[in-house]
Amino acid sequence: MRLTLKIWRQAQDNPKGTFERYDVDDVSPDMSFLEMLDILNERLMHEGKEPIAFDHDCREGICGMCSLMINGQAHGPDRGVATCQLHMRRFKDGETIVIEPWRAKAFPVIKDLVVDRSAFDRIIQAGGYVSVSTGGVPEGNTIPVPKPAAEQAMDAAACIGCGACVAACPNASAMLFVAAKVSHLATLPQGQVEKDQRVLRMVEAMDQEGFGNCTNHYECMAACPKQIHVKFITLMNREYLKASIKQP
Amino acid sequence: MRLDAKIPAGPLPQKWEAHRSHLQLVSPTNKRRYRIIVVGTGLAGASAAASLGELGYQVESVCFQDSARRAHSIAAQGGINAAKNYRNDGDSVERLFYDTIKGGDFRSREANVYRLAQISNAIIDQCVAQGVPFAREYSGYLANRSFGGAQVSRTFYARGQTGQQLLLGAYQALMRQVDAKTVTLHPRTEMLDLVVIDGHAKGIVVRDLVTGRVSPFAADAVVLASGGYSTVYYLSTNAKGCNVTATFRAYKRGALFANPCYTQIHPTCIPPSGQHQSKLTLMSESLRNDGRVWVPKQPGDRRLPPQVPPAERDYFLERKYPSYGNLAPRDIASRSAKQVCDEGYGVGPGGQGVYLDFAEAIARLGEPVINERYGNLFQMYEQITGENPYLTPMRIYPAPHYAMGGLWVDYHLMSNLPGLYAIGEANFSDHGANRLGASALMQGLADGYFILPYTIGDYLSTVTPSSVRTEHPAFTDATQEVTQRTQRLISIRGQRSPDAFHRELGTLMWDQCGMTRSEHGLKQALARISQLRAEFWKDLKVVGAAQQLNQALEQAGRVADFLEFAELVCLDALHRQESCGGHFRVEHQTPDGEAKRDDSNFAYVAAWQYQGDGQPPTLHKEPLVFEQVQLAQRSYK
Repeated sequence: MRLTLKIWRQAQDNPKGTFERYDVDDVSPDMSFLEMLDILNERLMHEGKEPIAFDHDCREGICGMCSLMINGQAHGPDRGVATCQLHMRRFKDGETIVIEPWRAKAFPVIKDLVVDRSAFDRIIQAGGYVSVSTGGVPEGNTIPVPKPAAEQAMDAAACIGCGACVAACPNASAMLFVAAKVSHLATLPQGQVEKDQRVLRMVEAMDQEGFGNCTNHYECMAACPKQIHVKFITLMNREYLKASIKQP
Repeated sequence: MRLDAKIPAGPLPQKWEAHRSHLQLVSPTNKRRYRIIVVGTGLAGASAAASLGELGYQVESVCFQDSARRAHSIAAQGGINAAKNYRNDGDSVERLFYDTIKGGDFRSREANVYRLAQISNAIIDQCVAQGVPFAREYSGYLANRSFGGAQVSRTFYARGQTGQQLLLGAYQALMRQVDAKTVTLHPRTEMLDLVVIDGHAKGIVVRDLVTGRVSPFAADAVVLASGGYSTVYYLSTNAKGCNVTATFRAYKRGALFANPCYTQIHPTCIPPSGQHQSKLTLMSESLRNDGRVWVPKQPGDRRLPPQVPPAERDYFLERKYPSYGNLAPRDIASRSAKQVCDEGYGVGPGGQGVYLDFAEAIARLGEPVINERYGNLFQMYEQITGENPYLTPMRIYPAPHYAMGGLWVDYHLMSNLPGLYAIGEANFSDHGANRLGASALMQGLADGYFILPYTIGDYLSTVTPSSVRTEHPAFTDATQEVTQRTQRLISIRGQRSPDAFHRELGTLMWDQCGMTRSEHGLKQALARISQLRAEFWKDLKVVGAAQQLNQALEQAGRVADFLEFAELVCLDALHRQESCGGHFRVEHQTPDGEAKRDDSNFAYVAAWQYQGDGQPPTLHKEPLVFEQVQLAQRSYK
């Protein structure tokens, strides 16, 4: 396959960037999208040009490190997969592909396609856990969890923290990410004790980081590589409302 | 050097309990005066850093990823073992212990493995309390499944994402400590050297991967939880960033490296599709619960799999190992697959593959059950290969997956350098020559939650807190060395990229020091590695600056270390003139092709000591003494 790539290049510590055009041929349909970029990078290095910086690690769709906006879609055209799982057979010979970083105020660009997502860690620090220390916990089976609750918690906990929800949202809202963690823990008996405080603190942290509001576009769910459902945003809003009313 | 593993006296089942009660303690008010560096945030590193923070120590948590949540433990799919015996199928601590030590082909320490089996149950309790969404029965109680190398169902799981969920549990505990200000995070930071002062580990030198700044960190103890080195083979199931640098730098500063040749080749991975392949993807071993492994009986049979009638299929694992069948341990399943492919029975491009067939399980259980058990794996397979495993069998082939070898540690998980600890995959201690499925998660969390927090106090109680500062010459020297080395990588300005060198090294290691090894092949590899290393330092090309984000430079540093480390792996494989677990020397096999151990000459841990560049390392032997277990030839027939 022959492809034309338009890739966002942004030097480090430079607030401005630009699209550069690259023509690549000899792309095999069995290649993954990132392998195609590897080959381009090898070529650039060979020509003495700086390779394109992009985040990646596990390359099997679970670490959440990869993060590309491909033809305007976070993680590209396939539903339910991360960029690293996207394969070139999904594209047509001769196609032009536009590749950009996640764009959001709360995710500043570091270089080229690499952004800073530490805002997500700070949101989890604001209560995205059960406050249990190591040791002194009851035997596992003394906390039965109804199967449907366990399944729902797992559906929410599947979030890989990649930030595609933010990148896809016209408001750059992090509601789906925050809702996934709030719902995971609020659904389980272990998460009940702290659930009010958790949702209030995490939403406050989210707002402080500069993420936008949710206006029900549902782009987040469409882009999510783990297909986290927007119903969790509803669940979080309900938890938030209940907790706010209870607040003294 | 005499290697003292410091195994406590007394009967095996009581060792840990009795020993724990006699470890020295640090008082709660003094704990906050001690600083501990933890390198790596996988299951071992995150659980250790969180637990140490909870105890009140000042913890510095370092990882090269952009967030602690992304460490490669996240990719573990199948599950975590524990001896709960919830299924009433006869499981016990004793049995988990025995299975693990037998699975490791009797090349691990009895006392460590016993302790691991004892702690296994507490890990499940801890993770449940954290809210890890384990699979449940309709009763609401925890569900289990079976795994390779065991005849009981003791594996706890969270769909096919067990590693992810356990890691997020540990990560959340870690984030709680960051909020409590006991732990400071240093993401996108790579450890590039260890600082040793008067024989004690006192800190590290790191490079900030965004700014390129090289700086020293001082501490009272250093914990390496930096994972394994399977990427020495280039193609492996590990993440692209996985590397040996942290433990190898420690080795070059005097820590012993144990059993580097014990590497695990996992039987169920998706075969490579071409030259562009950048990594291999694992299909969880749990698939072998319901999938049957076969090849056509006719070599070069090109018929579509459903068209091959049952009588013309060779279910080779079931044939060779009737009592364990498709659940034979990993090393055995991998070698069997390689053998049938080498004999020309392999399927798919290049004949590098065997079928893993679910047709029978789908007929028996129905698609919804299979989907519930393995849905995400089936989806992953289809995404990568373009084939639907509900309709046609998966094609699988073995791939490097895990390193049983690692830094030598004693019963306290401390290396021979006082103050330097290695936990999780970074140490060598619990899996012998082969690791059983669902045991890596167990070991990482046992080390981090329940062993290190006790044993580290025993050491810290003997040292004065904050006794060294980064102004010490050892820090300034090491910082300068790292800076110069980084600069040198950039200034070679040759023709070949770090990736090109890495690929060549990986292919060489896979061919000569992979699933089977021979004296001839290993000697060839050793000769080629030193040439390749010389070429690397002459012909490497890294574009860009050192003072900013430069991914090629990061890789170059890691490949430079692999080019030295690979030699150690081959030397160890050459010296171990026996076959055991994942280490299979063609010269040492039974008449039916199984690994043939030599217990009278090789029942020891091989711990290598660095002697300087260009000098052969010194071998130290820690004899393996078995008090309880009878050494036997492993049989899964």
